[in-house]
Amino acid sequence: MANKIPKRIPYFPGCSMATTAKENNQSLNAMCQSLGYKLVELKDWNCCGSSSAHSLNHDLAVDLASRNFSLVPKGKPMLVACPSCLLRLRQAHHRLCQSYDARVRYEHKWGRPFDPTLEIIHYFDLLEHVGLEKHPHLRTLNGLSFVTYYGCMLAQPPDMQHYKAHRGLMEKALIALGAEEKPWGYGARCCGTFLSVVRPEVVTPLIDEIMVDAVQSKADCIVTACSMCHLNLEMRVTSKKKIPVMHFSELLAIALGDAGKKDWFTRHLIDPIPLLRARGIL
Amino acid sequence: MPKPALKLKKLDKSFADKVNRLAHTDSRMCFQCRACYNTCPFVQAMDYSPPAILRLVLLGQEKTVLNSTTIWTCVGCNTCSTICPQRVDMAAVMDALRQIALEQGVMPAQPEALIFHNAILDSIKKYGRTHKLDVMIRYKVKNLDLFSDVDVGLKMFVKRKLDMLPSRVKNLVQVRSLFPNGNGNGKSYGK
Repeated sequence: MANKIPKRIPYFPGCSMATTAKENNQSLNAMCQSLGYKLVELKDWNCCGSSSAHSLNHDLAVDLASRNFSLVPKGKPMLVACPSCLLRLRQAHHRLCQSYDARVRYEHKWGRPFDPTLEIIHYFDLLEHVGLEKHPHLRTLNGLSFVTYYGCMLAQPPDMQHYKAHRGLMEKALIALGAEEKPWGYGARCCGTFLSVVRPEVVTPLIDEIMVDAVQSKADCIVTACSMCHLNLEMRVTSKKKIPVMHFSELLAIALGDAGKKDWFTRHLIDPIPLLRARGIL
Repeated sequence: MPKPALKLKKLDKSFADKVNRLAHTDSRMCFQCRACYNTCPFVQAMDYSPPAILRLVLLGQEKTVLNSTTIWTCVGCNTCSTICPQRVDMAAVMDALRQIALEQGVMPAQPEALIFHNAILDSIKKYGRTHKLDVMIRYKVKNLDLFSDVDVGLKMFVKRKLDMLPSRVKNLVQVRSLFPNGNGNGKSYGK
């Protein structure tokens, strides 16, 4: 996977990154720039279909993803930041590779041949490719302690198991940048996604359980790479004691160069600014 | 002798076949180890557990399965599909069951989930992308539940997490043409 990644990478932000999680988007762009890569937003991209299209209509889910594939310049990979979009897009691509009818439909619809070699990568693939530990960083994270929350990001249904699950990538990167890992047991627990809207009474206790365990682990913050997880953790938590939830990209952007715009952190529902000041990071 | 609940000779195998075909998986591989049950974060909110659903599918109990809250509670986090030692893609089975339920016009046991999914698809139809504020308003109006979570909404608004204006696709005609009722004013699913 991802043998050659061009310096200018076609980038699929997804709806959350484009709206509710702008701070995630901006810090991701800043971080990539520090690493020498430029994310070029896919022109006129559309929603991947989210949890809803594949729940109600398989064909629609494949079609919505297909339009995005048809926008990627030939021979280039497509970088995705949202773990949920990543899975949806990869599953749709897998269906297209498997089904002749789906490919015919694709070619008829978008007037260009389907590319079975299109690589759909996450920014974790980019980080691994770059080798973050070896990369010079401008700032250390000064002993900031963290627990990592991957949510469903490491989950791989049977037909997706040929992709790499980046277990431990966030820990490795943050430790290399001077932060300290705390052990805990909730790193791969689902955040509830849309059930947080549909059945808040089910999701709230689950989120509280996650937060209580994070507090007990004595970490300063929870680090997540998914903006949906980030929103659910912040929005549904009711426990009195709570710690800030940081986007992985924010911490990387701070350490790798861009001083971390205060503007990102004022968009958090649980204010991380006092913590970052106390650790001398901001 | 008590009357048997199921007559094994009369079992309908075609339902399991249909589910397997739609889900691209083989649910007959399940040996009921209940790993999926033990890892499902939402099992307490379901009337039948995931392995029970699978068993019911294999036993051809279509009506029970399609009327369960389970299929509308599952969010597709894939924890079960990942842990399954028999490579049964449970999340895909749930997807298939939702689609069969809609196809057959079975009223969901948990209608809020369907209302939400339709609100998301309506938003994609309208803007090409999801617009959170629009989704929430549609969901709340359809669900006749205007006042819950107003505090959460306000908090998000203050923190600039709820944009007033949507991020939108330019070539909307193209996106709308992908929907079954391509004009953008089509019926929602399951009605």
